Amino acid sequence: MSNPFPLDKGKLLHAYRQMKTIREFEERLHVDFGRGDIPGFVHLYAGEEASGVGIMMHLEDHDRIASTHRGHGHCIAKGVDVKGMMAEIYGKSTGSCAGKGGSMHIADLSKGMMGANGILGAGAPLICGAALAAQKLGHDGVGITFFGDGASNQGTVLESMNLAAIWNLPVLFVVENNGYAEATSVDYAVASDSFVDRAAGFGMPGITVDGTDFFAVYEAAGEIIKRAREGAGPTLLECKMIRFFGHFEGDAQTYRAPGENTENRKNRDCLKIFRTKVTEAGVLSEKELNTIDDEVMILIDEAVEEAQAAPLPTLEDLTKDVYVSY
Amino acid sequence: MARTLSMKDAINEALDQEMSRDPTVIMMGEDIVGGAGADGEDDAWGGVLGVSKGLFAKYPNQMIDTPLSESAYVGAAVGAATCGLRPVAELMFIDFLGVCFDQIFNQAAKFRYMFGGKAETPVVIRAMCGGGFRAAAQHSQMLTPIVTHVPGLKVVCPSNAYDTKGLLTQAIRDNDPVIFLEHKNLYASECDVPEEPYAIPFGEANVVREGGDVTIVTYGLMVQYSLEAADMLKKEGIEVEVVDLRTLSPIDMDTVIESVEETGRLVCVDEASPRCSIATDVSACVARDAFKSLKAPIEMVTPPHSPVPFSPALEDLYIPSPDQIAAAVRKTMEA
Repeated sequence: MSNPFPLDKGKLLHAYRQMKTIREFEERLHVDFGRGDIPGFVHLYAGEEASGVGIMMHLEDHDRIASTHRGHGHCIAKGVDVKGMMAEIYGKSTGSCAGKGGSMHIADLSKGMMGANGILGAGAPLICGAALAAQKLGHDGVGITFFGDGASNQGTVLESMNLAAIWNLPVLFVVENNGYAEATSVDYAVASDSFVDRAAGFGMPGITVDGTDFFAVYEAAGEIIKRAREGAGPTLLECKMIRFFGHFEGDAQTYRAPGENTENRKNRDCLKIFRTKVTEAGVLSEKELNTIDDEVMILIDEAVEEAQAAPLPTLEDLTKDVYVSY
Repeated sequence: MARTLSMKDAINEALDQEMSRDPTVIMMGEDIVGGAGADGEDDAWGGVLGVSKGLFAKYPNQMIDTPLSESAYVGAAVGAATCGLRPVAELMFIDFLGVCFDQIFNQAAKFRYMFGGKAETPVVIRAMCGGGFRAAAQHSQMLTPIVTHVPGLKVVCPSNAYDTKGLLTQAIRDNDPVIFLEHKNLYASECDVPEEPYAIPFGEANVVREGGDVTIVTYGLMVQYSLEAADMLKKEGIEVEVVDLRTLSPIDMDTVIESVEETGRLVCVDEASPRCSIATDVSACVARDAFKSLKAPIEMVTPPHSPVPFSPALEDLYIPSPDQIAAAVRKTMEA
């Protein structure tokens, strides 16, 4: 049977592996956090995997992303080491950030991952700077800033859209619209009917896609990123998606309609939708996908075991790396 | 070769030489060129007070006018700094810090630490500070304590044209985020400034006047006022040592302590608001580390705990004067 998808079999398997890794990473954190193993608080990306992976499949290390408080998925999709991430979330010295950042500040600049961010909307100006640097240094890198429907109302996001538009920066503004800003509905908090209309206000194209459909995200992002690399300037992409868990772990989610989470898991699970599409087309087999599932489970188990066994940072680390020199 | 240069021209020369030396040095800000998109002259302003005038003609690709959008362009400067550029962002007045502070204290200042030592953010935020311009409450503040409080930021506030050129050169070459504060009432002040590029290391205070009776510790415009006070006091037989901190973070407490150990008396002079200020910080450190050397209680000369007023009659009362500084010195001598 011919392959009806815009990715070859190897890339389809890679995309599935990435999405599955994010899913199991988050499902495991949900359990371990509930058990009290993890300090602080975590915001889980489960349910939103198709957005991060569908976009990141088009990126190289010299392309920069600025993520959000809900950043684990973006990190994994951008190639940050999963075991380093898990150790970071456990606050260990072997973590991606030596245990000093935690869930909300995982970064790996060598992978073009400029950081999850505890401040909503803060990544948008930063990514304009990354795109400006690409422009000035003469490479074809693009900048992608992710923000939710909630942070879409921050002045930083709107100012950055204006800045990117007047400087024709290679930036993709991705609204990950999961319907809730913390516990507040998008219908309450966002004045315009469509984020595409907001983009139009800055003279930039905007597209809305079904963020539970990997292929819809992949194709839209591919076109936008190609245009940006060729100098056509910024674009807004709205991914309408589902947040499987609460705003943070421990959120009782009483603001949701009864049965909403069950319905979402049953009918709007981006991994299930992906599996159905690729198996029904006969491009990937259940066996191939199940093998990935098994390998991902082993990876996550190992990541947790290694994180738990890893050493804690020490007094010597407390004041290290505040400055390059002081 | 040294020649006399104003602080304003010293800033221009440092920017010029660093942009020439390193094409990754860029400058961003509101009307740092002026006239963008308009039909009149290019480089119409060269900054609101003309500090960057002439640089656009030499470095058209390194001088970027921005919209009135401090959060966006200061944040863009921070982001670009992590991606291979060395931006100098001009925040016209430090009073506008409130608009974009998140990008400075939550982003730039914390990247290196939060990311486990793997980030470098070589960005400079230049801004005018200080009173005396009849510019009222939102264009006259020092705010030095606010930025000095934040780990991850370096803070510079020079008192003369020579230091300004050397410290700004160092700020641009430095690999940490630097807040560079230029007192607007010193822009016209002149001194000998070498033509060739030079950098003054951070964290080295300058003893601008030696004296054995009382130590004054200060920075910025207050250095000049303290020197005036010292001239007055010399006529009364009081020898004052004036320590110009030059950089507030890092701060050179060693030089301060050494001086106080010699004089036994300390007056801290600070144009910033009096609570949790550079003056209180220095006073606390001296009280802890050189208490036994003190022959008199430490004095502080600061404005009152109020916004900067507009009326010249009130602003002149607000800003510490050489007379007030001299009075504080006399008080320590009488104790």
